[in-house]
Amino acid sequence: MSSFWERLLGRRNQVGSSSVAKQRLQLVLVSDRSELSPEIIQRMKDEIIAVISKYVPIAHDKVEINLEQRQRDNWLVADIPLLRNTQRNAPVQSSAESSTPEDA
Amino acid sequence: MVQARLRQTASRVITITSGKGGVGKTTVTANLSAALARLGKRVVCIDADIGLRNLDLILGVEDRIVNHIVDVVEGRCQLAQALIRHRAYPELYILPAAQNRDKTAVSPAQMIRIADELRLQFDFILIDSPAGIERGFKNAVAPADEVLIVTNPEVSAVRDADRIIGMIELLEKRPPSRLIINRVKAEMVKRGEMLSAEDVTDILSIELIGVVPEDETVLIAGNRGMPELNSRSGHAFMEIARRLLGENVPHTYHNASQGFFKRLTRLFTGSGTRQGSVFDE
Ligand SMILES: Nc1ncnc2c1ncn2[C@@H]1O[C@H](COP(=O)(O)OP(=O)(O)OP(=O)(O)O)[C@@H](O)[C@H]1O
Ligand SMILES: [Mg+2]
Repeated sequence: MSSFWERLLGRRNQVGSSSVAKQRLQLVLVSDRSELSPEIIQRMKDEIIAVISKYVPIAHDKVEINLEQRQRDNWLVADIPLLRNTQRNAPVQSSAESSTPEDA
Repeated sequence: MVQARLRQTASRVITITSGKGGVGKTTVTANLSAALARLGKRVVCIDADIGLRNLDLILGVEDRIVNHIVDVVEGRCQLAQALIRHRAYPELYILPAAQNRDKTAVSPAQMIRIADELRLQFDFILIDSPAGIERGFKNAVAPADEVLIVTNPEVSAVRDADRIIGMIELLEKRPPSRLIINRVKAEMVKRGEMLSAEDVTDILSIELIGVVPEDETVLIAGNRGMPELNSRSGHAFMEIARRLLGENVPHTYHNASQGFFKRLTRLFTGSGTRQGSVFDE
């Protein structure tokens, strides 16, 4: 039965080397087009997160900062959820935010 | 000799380039020139690969070269004296490269001057660019109104195409680029082992003007020095030529959804129950 669906949907839906190629190309072109190495991009992300969390507490585990291609332009797209008041006061949140000015 | 004549529409200078070498620029230039000539356009193609000339060989005019582009630039002959008329396509002319000189023998400004002079006589001026991003490439794109980027469905060719597209976007004139994906093997695409035309277009985010299948006719035509437009690849070149002329020719290459529906109908018409049969073409 599974082979029926496989045949119906075609083998392209399984992982062939072309999907790996596409993924790898999309990643390498982000660096090529922005002239930023993956290492530098990571450092920039870390610094952005550090700066923002100096002012507001953020949900570190849900942060997403990515260089994206929209048509042929580079966009730095950031989703940085801030913590609510109730979450802020919860003691469990302290793990990653050493520099958060909670005392203000 | 080329006669002057009145033309209804402005001529177009189209440069064919790629970044990576060996992906099919010369093949595209030769076949597209022949296709446009067959559609009744007056076409000249320029071999801008100075030092490594090949377009003359692929078009079968290598034995009739008297003067070349560097002779024109250095004033040893008139432009019209360097043009060779194709035997099978009387509307097609070739301006050959020099074989014993290097790329610095011609400057971008001189290329613009040559192209502008050719505009007076021709509907289409196609320029076959050398590989790379150096002087030869800069010469080839300097006069371009439009650029055709040739690539193969292969990681390094796609990456280099992206680099070239980026460089063309930085040109002052900013000619629009369109994409030709050459040497596609439909059977490998179906197996998921080759980037599809959609994949490559998606990655490069520029307009696709045509997909050319892998076809041994290309090599045979090269052996003979005569473009073969009545072949699978030849049909693809004819379609690209018609799209260049503004015709709305639908793309007929294999794509995932098309394949899906084809498989679907085949399954439900009863011929697709045999193991593996839905992949047969
Ligand atoms: N669609 C095709 N099917 C089969 N073979 C092809 C196809 N297109 C090109 N080739 C072959 O690929 C080789 C390289 O083609 P071509 O010389 O046109 O590339 P190029 O980009 O001009 O190379 P260069 O960068 O050296 O100028 C040739 O041997 C040609 O026959
Ligand atoms: Mg070539």
